[in-house]
Amino acid sequence: MTQQTNSPKEHLLVHAERAKERVKELKESPVPVIYVGCATCGRAAGALATIAGFEEVLKDNGIEARIEKVGCLGHCYAEPLVIIQNPGFPALLYQKIGAGEAGILVRSFLKDGSDPCYEYLIGALEADENFPTLMDYPRYLYENRVVMEHCGLIDPDEIDHYLAVGGYLSLAQGLEKGGEWVLDEVKSANLRGRGGAGFPAGRKWEIARKVEKTPKTVICNGDEGDPGAYMDRTLLESNPHQVLEGLALAALAIGAERALLYIRAEYPLAVKIMERAIEQAREKNLLGDDILGSGFSLEVSVFQGSGAFVCGEETALIESLAGNRGMPQPRPPYPAVAGLDGLPTVINNVKTLSTVPSIIRNGHQWFRSIGTEKSPGTAIFSVVGEVEYPGLVEVPMGVTLEHLVVDVCGGIKDGKELKAVQIGGPSGGCLPASLMETVIDFDSLKSVGAMMGSGGLVVMNEDTCMVEVARYFTDFTQGESCGKCTFCRIGTRHLRDILHSITIGEGKMEELDDLEEICEAVIKGSLCSLGKTAPNPVLTTLRFFRDEYVAHIEEKRCPAKMCRPLIAFYIDLEPCARGCDACVACCPTDAIFTTSNRKKAIDQEKCVKCGECVYACPPEYDAVRRVSPPEMIPDQGVKPLSETEKEKEESK
Amino acid sequence: MLDQLLAALNETERAAVDEEEYQVLQAVVDELPAFSHEVSQLIPILQEIQGKHGYLPRLALNMVADHVQTSIGKVYGIATFYNQFRFNPPGRNPIKVCLGTACHVKGGEILLENFERRLQIKVGETSDDREYSLERVACIGCCALAPAVVVGEKVEAYVTPSKVEGIITEIEVRNEMAAREQAKNDATNE
Ligand SMILES: Cc1cc2nc3c(=O)[nH]c(=O)nc-3n(C[C@H](O)[C@H](O)[C@H](O)COP(=O)(O)O)c2cc1C
Ligand code: SF4
Ligand code: SF4
Ligand code: SF4
Ligand code: FES
Ligand code: FES
Repeated sequence: MTQQTNSPKEHLLVHAERAKERVKELKESPVPVIYVGCATCGRAAGALATIAGFEEVLKDNGIEARIEKVGCLGHCYAEPLVIIQNPGFPALLYQKIGAGEAGILVRSFLKDGSDPCYEYLIGALEADENFPTLMDYPRYLYENRVVMEHCGLIDPDEIDHYLAVGGYLSLAQGLEKGGEWVLDEVKSANLRGRGGAGFPAGRKWEIARKVEKTPKTVICNGDEGDPGAYMDRTLLESNPHQVLEGLALAALAIGAERALLYIRAEYPLAVKIMERAIEQAREKNLLGDDILGSGFSLEVSVFQGSGAFVCGEETALIESLAGNRGMPQPRPPYPAVAGLDGLPTVINNVKTLSTVPSIIRNGHQWFRSIGTEKSPGTAIFSVVGEVEYPGLVEVPMGVTLEHLVVDVCGGIKDGKELKAVQIGGPSGGCLPASLMETVIDFDSLKSVGAMMGSGGLVVMNEDTCMVEVARYFTDFTQGESCGKCTFCRIGTRHLRDILHSITIGEGKMEELDDLEEICEAVIKGSLCSLGKTAPNPVLTTLRFFRDEYVAHIEEKRCPAKMCRPLIAFYIDLEPCARGCDACVACCPTDAIFTTSNRKKAIDQEKCVKCGECVYACPPEYDAVRRVSPPEMIPDQGVKPLSETEKEKEESK
Repeated sequence: MLDQLLAALNETERAAVDEEEYQVLQAVVDELPAFSHEVSQLIPILQEIQGKHGYLPRLALNMVADHVQTSIGKVYGIATFYNQFRFNPPGRNPIKVCLGTACHVKGGEILLENFERRLQIKVGETSDDREYSLERVACIGCCALAPAVVVGEKVEAYVTPSKVEGIITEIEVRNEMAAREQAKNDATNE
């Protein structure tokens, strides 16, 4: 049917036209369409129950509507998120829609169209005079969504949804203009790798392109090993075809014939979605043999990581692909020269590849107009922890941490104080409030001892202990060290042991110097960045929060009241309400007993310091206290209710 | 092949292979021919076996080594290097407590302890009746919903220590109902 003379673009337009028709049908559907965010996070928040809720109530009320599963908008604080497109209304975004709320929406809004349920409404997707629009919110106003533009708005299982918004046009264009041109665009755009180190993608591609050995390979690094970051997962789950398009463009630029998606085992949904996307793209000849009649072919497959952080490192990743233990190898040779099977292999992060289609579509000048001179484009962060609106944010490079945390994410929850921002995961550092003016780009973060790293950002308030955070990360890297370098293997263990002893109140002052010395040695003696950056959490906390270390050592006190061996809980008899026993029921070890004056007290022997009673105690009494060191418990002269009194109590 | 491998074991080792494990091994024998013989496919092969049976029985590793023509040592080396692989059967309700950064800061450790106390097993163990197994994982990508726990396939968000009881009770109630349903069916069938 297709003619020899058709260009890739013409081929694509046939698909795109058909896709647009189908999506138009959806957008102009005469019956309401309900879009539910069903990425992992949405499901965790109960999205599937929400769908079941909608289905049931729609059926009971005899209302016809379509339900579409979409990916993730990144507004984690508001999950499950639902967009309702009700004819006669703009598309409206609702938050925290469980099965119950779904029923209310159907009955009040879909049944008679009278009440759009403002109580759950965030806003209209487009400007509208009757509704607040998303642009009225700081989150939307300050964000610049380039890579995440369609996340949460399209169905990741439907290639047509991506085609209808201009998907694969960049690939068609690239196929027409050739790999050299794609390479030049990405080079001129100065797209820096989003996987941590910020190495220019174009430079890496150029190296691989020049090596004459074939077949070459491109690998999408979706290992996302930072234990507190999830934007790669979201991109894979929400807009898989954008990743594939970027992967194909990279392959074209270097002349690769095979492509692999390396996805960590903990992301089963991402694996499923990507596999389906590959199949759909192949059916439409957007991958596979002779793509869009251009003569260029690319085989794409998915490889599942097996849960080793170090395998995110490119040489270790290649080792694991070859069926070996994932141990980093000395570089050079760089994978771009000699990688998988000793052949040129380019490895890029999910975000890096997801950015490529937009650069090809809009040109390198457009890309360079976003962000800063040295770090153009946008940065995607998963901002979690103690902020009002945690979630995924995409902001231009060059904004300050303050802007990101306070303006975009609503600042610290519950009116508490910001203490630190942990940025870059196990390789990054903890920056104090005084450094919140630091600009977010690859080089500025490095200069203060942190790292862009994965883009994980954990916001911490006064209740988080910095020594404990350093111990946590060191424990993590210690467990993940591949063991090849003595300094990494033994050094991180020493660090962890010292930090552990400090958090249980057995540290010594001279050990603070030991920590610094060991850090130096680990940096110097490690082959790969896992070891080289492992000391960052220790060094930054020592530098910016030394007083906390000192308090642990000299006063056996944890200022954040987090380290359990150094804290204790007691009940203040004054506010504790007679006859109340809310805390008793919640205690996992039955540590709370009734005192002789019928109030409650905690048996310190039994208490495991879980802190549940603090939350269980009604706010109007607020009687449970957390203190550090444990000796701070005042003597209130508590006595348990005597046996006879207890019997009397029970017989009542 | 299986009987050959079993014959090579000593008494205690052979005794450790119970009926259930024998079944699993028998199934692996049947599945093996479909797998690639390339050593580079070792990890996907192990993933596939674990995916089907929930764990990697020791003798299965020997069979895989034989299948891809490599040393047993290499297969063990791989299987132990990667955290994903496990060597004992998981419980019917595997519980994975997230100890990623966000969940850790929000008390994931305390949750884990609560599960240990409630289920009377330590992390990494399976209960004697195989009902539960308990593991720690590093970030399941739901950090904004921290602390998170995966029960079976389901992610539970904002799990406070007092929710632990509820999670287990829910499973117990479900089991109880299923048992009753079963009993009813059995009764009607008789
Ligand atoms: C211990 C370690 C873990 C890493 N984990 C990841 C990861 O999970 N994802 C990733 O994209 N890059 C990771 N990297 C960086 C990769 O080695 C590599 O630089 C990157 O994938 C290149 O892609 P980019 O240039 O697009 O950033 C890791 C590096 C180290 C040392
Ligand atoms: S630095 Fe650590 S993780 Fe990296 S190769 Fe050496 S031992 Fe392995
Ligand atoms: S802190 Fe936990 S263990 Fe201790 S009394 Fe309160 S609820 Fe019980
Ligand atoms: S919940 Fe609070 S007020 Fe009630 S008994 Fe416990 S400590 Fe007292
Ligand atoms: S809402 Fe999807 S990542 Fe949080
Ligand atoms: S840290 Fe637990 S889900 Fe990310």
